[in-house]
Order: sequence, then structure tokens, then C-alpha cells
Amino acid sequence: MTTRQAEHVEAAEHTAAGEVEPGQSWVEGFSRVAPPLTERTAPFWTSGADGVLRIAHCRDCGRYLHPPRPVCPACRGRDVGFDPVSGRGTVWSWTLNRYQWVPSMPPPYLVADVELVEQPGLRLLTNVVDCPPERIHVGLPVRVCFSQAGDAYIPLFRPASPASELRGAGDARE
Amino acid sequence: MRGSEGRRAEDSALITGVGRSAIGRRLRVDPWVLTADAALAAIADAGLTPDDIDGVSTYPGAFWSTPGITGAGVDDVRAMLGLNLRWHTGGGELAGQLGSIVNAVLAVAAGLATHVLCFRTVWESTAQEGYGSRSATLLGGGGTQGQPVRFGRELTQWSTPFGIGYPCYAAMEMQRRIELAGASREKYAALALVTRSYAARNEAAVYRDPLTLDQYLGARMISDPICVYDCDVPVDGSVAFVVSNAAAAGDPGRALRLEAMGSASGFDESAAMMWERTDLRPADVDLAQVYDGFSVYALRWLEALGFCGRYEALDFIEGGDRIGPTGDLPLNTGGGQLSGGRLHGYGGLLEACLQLRGEAGAHQLPTARQLAVVTSGAESFTSSLLVGAPH
Ligand SMILES: [Zn+2]
Repeated sequence: MTTRQAEHVEAAEHTAAGEVEPGQSWVEGFSRVAPPLTERTAPFWTSGADGVLRIAHCRDCGRYLHPPRPVCPACRGRDVGFDPVSGRGTVWSWTLNRYQWVPSMPPPYLVADVELVEQPGLRLLTNVVDCPPERIHVGLPVRVCFSQAGDAYIPLFRPASPASELRGAGDARE
Repeated sequence: MRGSEGRRAEDSALITGVGRSAIGRRLRVDPWVLTADAALAAIADAGLTPDDIDGVSTYPGAFWSTPGITGAGVDDVRAMLGLNLRWHTGGGELAGQLGSIVNAVLAVAAGLATHVLCFRTVWESTAQEGYGSRSATLLGGGGTQGQPVRFGRELTQWSTPFGIGYPCYAAMEMQRRIELAGASREKYAALALVTRSYAARNEAAVYRDPLTLDQYLGARMISDPICVYDCDVPVDGSVAFVVSNAAAAGDPGRALRLEAMGSASGFDESAAMMWERTDLRPADVDLAQVYDGFSVYALRWLEALGFCGRYEALDFIEGGDRIGPTGDLPLNTGGGQLSGGRLHGYGGLLEACLQLRGEAGAHQLPTARQLAVVTSGAESFTSSLLVGAPH
């Protein structure tokens, strides 16, 4: 079985939502630009303090919304709060960015749009870390981790099966 | 469906004047000068004087943004040219950059104005030189050591903490096509190569040297799989049009018809709305100028407009013959924004008007073209125009 097949099997076994496992904190050798913490967004950006990703959630119809908005676009419900999610998802698409957009962030690094398992189309722009570019692909199962920037905890994603745990599995791709 | 009461705004309006300033890299010219050059040329081309202009429409006008993305506001132009305005508008939240043309059509159809000056001025090339780098301009000059990054739009807080620039979004669309639809960099190259060959014949284009497949494949990568040739080029320049009430048009023999417009939000929605407003079909179109801020956006527009199915645009342009000068659908015939420069939607409409009038000079297509589709913008910020040759 290739790594990719193994990842799909693993994803299938773990896609049941509702199970929350704290994501690791991820320490980086550079500093990220901290987002402004506003009434609308602070609960998202600070959620990772306890290792749990929280996403804006309509308590009327159950739909998750990201980026956070005070009204649910599906049912126009006003009871939108931040609720924990599993932190698991798959790579919807990705790119290896080589341009230095932010003075403090040295390229190259992986940028990805990650679709969370909780809801089709529920996607977060993010970075995939702890993953060689040769390994990332559309559909790769990933798990959240957090990098601190000021008072914010920036949600990043690692492969659900980190490279270190796959070593010795006999897969030539690694 | 052709409008709510059978009468369409498009039937009341004509594009009567076309003008442009010098266009180039690092012109170091006051953007108001560029704006005046284009505006006065368009007004004269319409057979009018500034005293005849009673409306102004622009994208985006005077507002804070990345340096050089806007060169003059509505009121700057009113004061500079001594215009007496009955109606005016400008803004960044239009139906794409050509939403400013849509607005002008609505104004003349509603009787609020008779001759509307529409303009778009950029001076990004010179502005970026002043700021030192593209990334510095994207961050509004902040973000260097110790300086707070200004968040000009709500949007940027979802990208800057991750070091995401505009090309990353287009790169992710390209990457999905590679993994899910059989695309490759070799196939993507076709658009950059064909439009560069058009630019070689257009004296107003900024990059005119021949481009080879090997050069494309060996190019500097920006955000894989996007290379530098998939990104449009920041330039300085201004383009202007006069949109007139059809009944007041000075020389209808040169005026261009607006067959249909789509102002809906989204590639597919914008194109579908345009087709709903006319009996013309994609097979009737013999010239296309689609927005190519990144190459993949041009592919997305070809699909949205119905020239091919979703994810089929690379097959549609394969080999380049179909979109070449003698093909069924010459595409971005001035070089597009990839080689002609980022005139931000207005360059495509300028090129369509010149070709339809037979006034494109050295890069005039060998066969006269009768119906052009012109699009601007991307994602949820889109406009589509169907423009007809003079009768
Ligand atoms: Zn709801």
C-alpha cells in the first residue's frame, strides 16, 4: 500500500465528527504577523490556547461558517457562536509559495486550503507544516496545530500521519 | 429574458470614444497626466469636447489601496478637466473593473447623463519602485521591522498571518486542475506563449520579446505551479471610453454597440446573465478579451462563457491555433495583461474596440471581427460585456 492509499484509509476511519483531540502547539523559527483581535474574530484566533480549534457555528441550523460572520448565510439565524471542531480535515488544494510576501516569513512554505471534516466546503486558508512538498497532494488528511503570534494562536495543519511516524513503513515516497 | 420590461439598457448606449495614455513600465509620470491624456483622447475620438461630458464613471477612484492601483478619483478628473457633471460614480465594489462601464450604460439609459467619461488609471510600476518591492506595496508599506501591518480590508487578516499573496489563490486553482483534470505546466504554457506572440505585434504592449516553451518551463516560480509568466505585469497607464446615449451619439458610424452585459457576482453567474440578455450565442463570438490577472483566470472565463466545459479550457486552447490570429476565437489579441500589462480590465475592452473598428494598426487581425466578448475581474467580482462592431 502506498502512503497515499494508507492516508485515505486512515481518513475514512477517522472522519466521524465530534471527537475533539487537542492539537499540538507548533514552534517556529520566525514570527508571523499577528491578526487584529476584534469582537468578530477574536474567539477564532485565540481558540488554540487550549489546543482546540473553534469555528463560528449557527446554533439554529447547525451550519459552520468561516470566516466568522454574525449572521448565518443559510438560515439568517443570529445565534452564531464558536464551537469546537475535531481539527481534522483534508487538503482541498495547495501551493508551494516561493515569494516573500511578509518580511518575517522566509519562503518557501506550503500554503493550503484545508477542508474540515465537519462540513463539505468548510475551508480554512492555512499553512501545512511538518510536510515535505513532495508529500502534499489534494486530499491529504491533515490535523490542526497552533503557532502563537502575539495573543493569537494561528491554526496550521500537519499531515495526519506525520512523516516521522511513517518511517520504516517501506514506502519509497518518503 | 431580455430585461424586465422588454427594454434593455444596452439598447440605449453606445461606446463612442476610445483613448489611452502612454503605457509602460516605470514611466514616472504623474498619474493625473496619464488620466488626462486618456480622457481627452477618448473625448476627441467621440467627436466631443469636455463641455459635452456630463457624467464620469471609474473603478476604483480615490481610496486607500495598494500603491499605484488607482491613479485619480472622479472629483480629481472633474476639477482637472473643468467638467460640469450631472451624474458620477466610482468605487472598488463594482461588478469587476468594467462594472464602471455597466454603471455608465445605466446612467445614459436612465437619462441621468448623455455622455459619460469612463476611465481606469494605474501606476503600479512606478509606485512599486518607490516602495522597494511588491510585497511592501501589498502590505501598504508596513510590516517591516517593528512596524504594524495595516489591515486595509477584512480579507487580509485571513491571508497575512499565513504569508499568502494573491498568486497563491490562483496557484491553488491551477494545482487542482493538475491533480484532478490532467493539466500540466506544459499545457498551461499555451496561454502565455500565444498572448506573447500577439504582444510582439502590439506597440503598446510592455513585453514583446518572443517567449518559448523552454523559457516558460524554466521560469522563476512564484507559487507553484504559478511561474512569473502566469502573472500579469504591473504597469503605468490610463485607458478611457465615452459611453453615450445612442440618440446623441455624434458619429454612429464608428460607435460600438453593447449587445449585452452581465453584472452578476461570479464567473459563471456573470456570463450566464450576459447570455440571458441576448439571443446571441457563444458560437456567434469571433473575438475574446478575457481577464488574465493570472493565466488560470482566463481559462476559467472561457469555461464560464460557454466556449468549453468546466476544466476543458486547456484542451480548448491546446496548440494555440484556435485562439491565434486566424483562429475561430482570437484571444487577448493585444497581449492580454500577461504581456500587455495590467490595465485592469480596461485594456481588454480597449483592444476589443480597436479590433472591431479595424483600428488596431500593426496588430490588426487579418479577418474583420464582428462580435467580441470582454470580461473583467475574478471570483465574486466579475463583469461580462458583449460588444458589437460598428454598423
Ligand atoms: Zn443557520
